[in-house]
Amino acid sequence: MEGSLNMIGYGLAAVGPGIGIGLIFAAYINGVARQPEAQARLQSIAILGFVLAEALAIIGIALAFVLPI
Amino acid sequence: MIAVATSETVSASEGFNAPGPSSFELPPVFHIGDLGVTKPMLLIVLSAVIIIAVAVVMSRKAEVVPGRLQFAGEYVYGFVRNSVARDNIGSEHFMKFVPYLFALFLFVLVNNYFGVIPFIEFPTMSRIGYVIALAAITWFVYNIVGIIKHGPWGYLKLQTVPGGMKGPILLLLVPLEFFSNILVRPVTLTLRLFGNMFAGHLLLILFSTGGAYLILDAGNPFYGAVGVVSFLLGIAVSFLEMLVMFLQAYVFTLLTAMYIGGALVDEH
Repeated sequence: MEGSLNMIGYGLAAVGPGIGIGLIFAAYINGVARQPEAQARLQSIAILGFVLAEALAIIGIALAFVLPI
Repeated sequence: MIAVATSETVSASEGFNAPGPSSFELPPVFHIGDLGVTKPMLLIVLSAVIIIAVAVVMSRKAEVVPGRLQFAGEYVYGFVRNSVARDNIGSEHFMKFVPYLFALFLFVLVNNYFGVIPFIEFPTMSRIGYVIALAAITWFVYNIVGIIKHGPWGYLKLQTVPGGMKGPILLLLVPLEFFSNILVRPVTLTLRLFGNMFAGHLLLILFSTGGAYLILDAGNPFYGAVGVVSFLLGIAVSFLEMLVMFLQAYVFTLLTAMYIGGALVDEH
């Protein structure tokens, strides 16, 4: 087996944002189910939360490729 | 992209060469003097030509009752103007920024979708230099409009002092807010778009070259069956990528609008 330990590190680093994005969309779905007319307002908040959580995973993948092995 | 990468894999024939960051470093298509013109450079010019041509065709014969093309153009324009610009900048100042936001949205969208259009198949934004330029424009726009509105000192206070905070806690908060609002924003803006396009396209290359290798070169019929599954997964991932491409164009424009809105907000 060959490969870089960075990739395992990236896999571990992606767990956190994965859980975070799951929680954000769970809250969004809950909110829309309780109050469907708030959907437009909740959508932009949910997407904002999603991109902020996703930024962590993206920083992780950038570092996984950039850092020396 | 698929055809090129496949022939590389076949010629290597010493096992499977996994795609990596080097798969994105394409050789120059032609040279102008010492300057090698690469595929993303051509694509970014092509995207500008496409956007200008489509926008001119859509708005040339504007009528009160819109035709099909005019309706499509007005739908996209209305989407950017109402749900991105007006909701985030506020109904007072938003019209000044709609041209920039609309151009930004279309530019990022078209360049992203180059990643799934047959025979082009390279998202321009998977080269980080192009994204850095876009994020730098956004950074300058929101900082400069904030400085013009509040003055340099007032703008710094707006961005670094959270409302209603007093006392020694500010020693901790002000550097943190400065770091997050002025320094980190352009970096995450760049990395988000670049990282999504890069990782998504890498995944597509992996599934297609891996599938081709398993079917053609592995020399085992069971591997061939797995290769077919790999191609099917590649198709599924392409659809996911189309969603992500739209989402990233939307998010880039949305964050630009939010940053401009945050810089223009009245003091607490």
